[in-house]
Amino acid sequence: MDMKVDKKLSLKDRYRHQTRGLGWETTYQPMDKVFPYDKYEGIKIHDWDQWEDPFRLTMDAYWKYQAEKERKLYAVLDAFNQSHGHLNVTDARYINAIKIFFSAFPMLEYTAHRGFSMAGRQFRGVGTRVACQLQSLDEIRHAQTQIHTASNYNKYYNGMHAFTHQLERMWYMSVPKSFFDDAITGGPFEWMVAIGFSFEYVLTNLVFVPFMSGAAYNGDLGTMTFGFSAQSDEARHMTLGLECIKFMLEQDPDNLPIVQAWIDKWTWRGTRVLALVAAMMDYMLPKRVMSWKEAWEIYFEQNGGALFKDLERYGIKVPDCVAQATVEKEHISHQLWAAMYQWNFGTAFHTWIPSPEELDWLSAKYPNSFDKYYRPRWELWAQMEKEGKRHLNTGLAQLCQVCQYPMIFTEPDDPGKLCHREVDYKQEKYHFCSDHCQHIFEREPEKYVQAWLPMPQFYQGNCGGGGVEEFFKWVHLVPGQDNMDFEGSQDQQNFARWKGMATSNQ
Amino acid sequence: MSVTAIKEYVGVPLDVVANFHGNQLLYVAWDRHLMYAAPGIFGAAPGMKFGDFVAQTLAPIYQGHPDAAQIDWSKTEWEKGDKPWTPDFARTVAENGLVHKEFLRFRTPGLNGYMGAGI
Repeated sequence: MDMKVDKKLSLKDRYRHQTRGLGWETTYQPMDKVFPYDKYEGIKIHDWDQWEDPFRLTMDAYWKYQAEKERKLYAVLDAFNQSHGHLNVTDARYINAIKIFFSAFPMLEYTAHRGFSMAGRQFRGVGTRVACQLQSLDEIRHAQTQIHTASNYNKYYNGMHAFTHQLERMWYMSVPKSFFDDAITGGPFEWMVAIGFSFEYVLTNLVFVPFMSGAAYNGDLGTMTFGFSAQSDEARHMTLGLECIKFMLEQDPDNLPIVQAWIDKWTWRGTRVLALVAAMMDYMLPKRVMSWKEAWEIYFEQNGGALFKDLERYGIKVPDCVAQATVEKEHISHQLWAAMYQWNFGTAFHTWIPSPEELDWLSAKYPNSFDKYYRPRWELWAQMEKEGKRHLNTGLAQLCQVCQYPMIFTEPDDPGKLCHREVDYKQEKYHFCSDHCQHIFEREPEKYVQAWLPMPQFYQGNCGGGGVEEFFKWVHLVPGQDNMDFEGSQDQQNFARWKGMATSNQ
Repeated sequence: MSVTAIKEYVGVPLDVVANFHGNQLLYVAWDRHLMYAAPGIFGAAPGMKFGDFVAQTLAPIYQGHPDAAQIDWSKTEWEKGDKPWTPDFARTVAENGLVHKEFLRFRTPGLNGYMGAGI
């Protein structure tokens, strides 16, 4: 007798069963009560079935791929750790870039995990929900793999021991933290634009190039392997972000102005966060990949330009803030590193003055701005160091109410003048680093009046007490060990000693 | 609505003057002196003479600058909230009309930073 064997389901069918077959119209409770959060932002969706996940990822396939990636990643990490791979990086200065990365990113990935879990509950479309749930799993995986990659560095170098505390307490961590807090306290559609589109799609290359190519250029096999392991997930995330934008715009013409306002806001917020990355690319990688300006031109102006061209069909315009960001590509990395240098008594990483050769590299990469505005700064400070008068700025910084950066950015048309904007709202003054941060505030002032700004909090006595010593304790920063200059640091000495032990008989 | 929300939504500002134990905040920038990367944040008692605020709080911050020794405070030119403003050094912060979180910027005519480069 012939056996009758059912045909195996195709990938397409399996995806259909998971994302359409598992959904139903609720009857005990109206759908609007079961899904109370996907309408209040004003986005109108008429047919959730129009949602198409280009990857059509199903659970079984997901587990299989991710498990394979994990096995490869941890094999490399083990080998890296056992062979003291940390001693093969170009220079111990490089590890300070890693400190910033691993202090911020795992916790941000974790917030992304939470955000996508929430979105994965809040949308009523099953396809959208499943896509968000899978991304939320990716994000927690990234947090875990980053922490495991960092833990080897944490055994040998200072400044990474308290990243969970420092995300909420360290003054400069409020910049990326406030970005994610702002996103996760929006509705699910805004979250998708903030993280899925602006961060993952428009800006992701500007994050990956310095970190992953930077790691590769500087001999950091651990971070590089983590990066590659995450990259295939990121490709999926980018597609999800763009799919969501197109879905919203195709569903109803009324969605366009809402989506445009979110794109404007989140492109600017993302660009501001990336100033940290800009400084890292131009100053912290001993072996440079490319300048921040070059990266901006390739990945934002060219690639992002092509993307916005594509979205023009839907009526989306290039955000106004791009004009200012384009001017600022000549300046932000220099302004930020100068700030870190003068406030490095309060940082959990080390800073340094660029070497003469590095100054020449910066002059060549920034012919329009570096020699005129920034080289004299470094030469003066190098001179002052020589005279034993190292420049520290003991005045704490005014912060922008929205992006929470110290107000270090200059007027778009005058790089010699600090930019300042202010607004009176309900008899209270609020200050901003730029027109664009001001506009973000003015759209939703009740949200941003609540900003937890580290410097005013310090003056209120909420950062461990009143003084700097108490602040150090509260933020888990070990002064003289985690902070100040790279030159003469314990990191520098240990790296030289261990490297010597590995390469000589001393 | 001043925030997109599912119901009436009112934020609680975290930096109102009542939270500063009798002090208020002032923000101050020294124009054309970018050795100081951002305007500073300072606590000041409203009853403090503005001249004392400048001498005791502000001036020490800038003392490392090559121009610092040559500052003639009586010749400095000021802005309040980005508009021209003339302080009275002998009167208090409050009497000068400086409210909580006021933004001040001062110029030192003739002193334009290290090598005249605004640093």
